[in-house]
Amino acid sequence: MTATLRPTGTDPSPAPATGLARVRSRRRWVVLGFMAPAIVGFLVFFGYPLVATVYFSFTKYDLINAPVWIGFGNYVRMFTTEPLVGTAAYNTLWLVIVLTVCRVVFALGVASVISRLRRGLGLIRTLCYLPALAPPAAATLVFVFVFNPEFGPVNRFLRAIGIDGGLWFNDPAMSKPSLTLLVLWGSGELMIIILAALLDVPQEQYESASLDGAGPARRFWHITLPSISPVLLFGVVNSMIFALQFFTQAVVAGAAAAGTADVAGNTKYIGNPQNSTLTYPVWLYVQGFRYSNMGYAAAMAVLLFIVSFAFTAILVRQLRRASHVEEAA
Amino acid sequence: MTTATATPRRTSGGSPVVVRRKTNWNRILYWVATHSLGVALGLMFTLPVIFVLLTAFMRSDQAMTASWWPREWHFENFVEVFDRAPMVTYLINSLTYSLLATLGILVSAIPAAYALAKLKWRGQTWAFMAVVAAMMLPPQVVIVPLFDMWVRMGLTGTLVPLIAPYFLFDAFSIFLLRQFFLTIPKDYLDAARIDGCSEWQVLTRVLVPMARPGIAAAAMFCFLFTWNDYFGPLLYTGEARDHWTLSLAIASFRGMHHVEWNLTMAATVLTMLPAIVLFVFAQKSFVKGITFTGVKG
Repeated sequence: MTATLRPTGTDPSPAPATGLARVRSRRRWVVLGFMAPAIVGFLVFFGYPLVATVYFSFTKYDLINAPVWIGFGNYVRMFTTEPLVGTAAYNTLWLVIVLTVCRVVFALGVASVISRLRRGLGLIRTLCYLPALAPPAAATLVFVFVFNPEFGPVNRFLRAIGIDGGLWFNDPAMSKPSLTLLVLWGSGELMIIILAALLDVPQEQYESASLDGAGPARRFWHITLPSISPVLLFGVVNSMIFALQFFTQAVVAGAAAAGTADVAGNTKYIGNPQNSTLTYPVWLYVQGFRYSNMGYAAAMAVLLFIVSFAFTAILVRQLRRASHVEEAA
Repeated sequence: MTTATATPRRTSGGSPVVVRRKTNWNRILYWVATHSLGVALGLMFTLPVIFVLLTAFMRSDQAMTASWWPREWHFENFVEVFDRAPMVTYLINSLTYSLLATLGILVSAIPAAYALAKLKWRGQTWAFMAVVAAMMLPPQVVIVPLFDMWVRMGLTGTLVPLIAPYFLFDAFSIFLLRQFFLTIPKDYLDAARIDGCSEWQVLTRVLVPMARPGIAAAAMFCFLFTWNDYFGPLLYTGEARDHWTLSLAIASFRGMHHVEWNLTMAATVLTMLPAIVLFVFAQKSFVKGITFTGVKG
């Protein structure tokens, strides 16, 4: 492929037009052919639903009867009378803040320990990554079991050293921190990404810095942090998006901690205990697909879209900058 | 910790003998400290799984007690799980979903990623941004119209709404494959073009063989993601128990089948098994793939 074949060319010289134009138009068809499934898929699974969600949000719709236009009714209800949407938004906001900070700091901490290992780096990396592979539903069951207030190993261990372990997933005040622990346990992907970035930092920089008398803290602050900051930014945005769509673990933990775990088709234990695990996406799901308030769910979705779009925009801008650098290089 | 201790690896020799002896001592301390921390972390991450594995071998009454080592080993727990619940059906559903979705991305995402990474065309940057945006969008944002669409087609309660999208557009796979394809030198492709290969031949005969590790990673991520998926199966097959996947079934296991903790844990282990096996056999590919999603723009 040569630069002259760029179909973007608007150069006015028509001299070699015939041959080149043919090549260009053929190339356009090739691109179109390769992209066709993706374009169709994008339009059907993202383009159309995005527009339709906005439409549905102005209607009352139960999937059986035709949608009825009610203007801003759903939005008014969301911001005034409906009591649980506030709780759900609070829970999700809590997760966006706490979970993001904990996840990035924890992953950075673990990665920097692993990066210093001279023996067994691969093995420890594998062990730390393994939980991230477990299906979230299964991992949540594991955690609810391990943190069982009565017979769970964690409380048994705490009892043995004289500490009264809490109720964890059964305590409204501790359920979200417990979920955060669960997420940290499965944060292996971010760990590996950060670890790779840490191992990429040129070793000579550390050596010359310590020759200049820089201590560990200063070396971290002036060398490590600047060189891995793009990866950390990725981690922050990625964690925020993850927290915004937090669903599976909250639903499964709520039900499993209640003792029974009949989730599908049952809303009794959603949010358990006392709505402390009722996240925004969970409430959206319940409103739309359990209570058949599809219009209201659509209005909630529009709000979720606006918030997550803001976060996405940050990452896209960052990626774009990076790809420009790449092209220039 | 003094400055000298934290200086890790590869400090070349040549310093006076006295200083070196002191450094070595500090170095040993540093080595011991970091490595015990590393071992502790490794344990912390594996212990929950070990507890679960041990519980899966216990008798049901022992699973609810304070003991952590099985009094007798009940290997038959893993068989009993299959008697108590239609595990085979769940397993077949999970395999159908994961294998077909993986096949789907191989068909749809490879050409798209090729066009995004190795051809130049107007709107390319925008198309890539659209892929990134789709990847970042919480799935709940678009489910109301999508569900409505599948209801009108009469396909809810089947696996079709879960699988079909993968044959057209999967943002993450396209993104990951694009990142891999970018690393393959253009010269090879140009050489093939000069030899008269069409773009399709360049893709199938040159790029795909060269990008095999990347494609393997994308396929594994797709398999795992669908295997682990909970939200999709809950949404579309929640009320059709014959179409439940393992990941969905496991969460309702205890309540529905009145099953004890030891059996629940045995089923949980079975659900986690494919992921672990896959990882053990293809660790390198995984690590490479994960690294690619984060670092390279």
